[in-house]
Amino acid sequence: MNRARLFVPVTVFGILAVVLALGFTLRDPNLLPSALVDKPFPGFDLPLLAGERGARASRSSLLGEVRLVNVWATWCPTCLAEHGELMRIRDETGLSIVGISYKDDSRQARAWLVEYGDPYDFNIVDAEGDLGVDLGVYGAPETFLVDAGGVIRYKHVGDVNRNVWQDEFVPRIAALREMDPGTENKLR
Amino acid sequence: METALPRGDARRGRSCDPPVLGRHETCTVGVVLLFALATCLGASAIDGFDFPDPETADRYQRLTTEFRCPKCLNESIASSGAPIAVDLRRTVRRLMEEGATDDAIRDHLQARYGDFVLYDPPFKPSTWFLWFTPVLLLIVCVLVLMRVSRRDQARDVASDELEKARRLLRESA
Repeated sequence: MNRARLFVPVTVFGILAVVLALGFTLRDPNLLPSALVDKPFPGFDLPLLAGERGARASRSSLLGEVRLVNVWATWCPTCLAEHGELMRIRDETGLSIVGISYKDDSRQARAWLVEYGDPYDFNIVDAEGDLGVDLGVYGAPETFLVDAGGVIRYKHVGDVNRNVWQDEFVPRIAALREMDPGTENKLR
Repeated sequence: METALPRGDARRGRSCDPPVLGRHETCTVGVVLLFALATCLGASAIDGFDFPDPETADRYQRLTTEFRCPKCLNESIASSGAPIAVDLRRTVRRLMEEGATDDAIRDHLQARYGDFVLYDPPFKPSTWFLWFTPVLLLIVCVLVLMRVSRRDQARDVASDELEKARRLLRESA
């Protein structure tokens, strides 16, 4: 009986070690799991950044093909860091990227696109951040993968760099296109 | 192009907060200090909302302290000066004006930001650990206490018998 007792401290230590290891490594406490994955993209009716005066976009503007929806702003240095990768994705894969100009000054946003290039099919102006709230956005950049039916399939918080693109987006996009072979499959 | 690369958080790929004081404005140190002071003093409801009656204002206050700000690790949206907290307060107020119940408002925010925004975690498999650990610890404590007291009792019995044996020995001597 007393021999079994010798193992009590070791067992307690083991349990503590496992709990603490999980607590420290599970995930970055700044990253929230998205509640919106596999939910339809929320409805909205917002102006476009460029194009004809008074032109607006709604949820139906996103339907028809797999797209990235990228939340960005000119006040966001990380958005500038990921901009090159978005340009590359657009140029090399032809994937549709829609921007949400999040809580930004539209004139500066347009100037930014002229200066650094424009990877977006179109940009939705969310000046107040209300669409952001509906999307569970809590900073920029955030990038959503939306399927042809307008359902959110994945969300990435922080910059989309080469690794994130390869590891998190490419396999998911391939899977989505396999389910719906109507769209082109030329991802690299 | 290297010179155009942003500093700090951008290198680590973190997402950014919108600027608090206007956009692209350089704010003087004084303004920043004042703002920090205001935040320290808990002057939270600086959104300039007018409420029709004190009950509504109380309800707003109660609801906003129920939600955790998604960007600021353990601060309620009522007390946080982060832009996202401002947006969420505005959302709560709008839902109140639309006549939503407290539960509907909770569901609305939870559907968008997940369980994280709720200070009161829901009861479900992924949170069982939270809910059951205190009960488990209590049970373990009670078991340990019971064992210790039983052992003490056993020791008492032993000492009684020892005493008896000594007495017998003394008598026989």
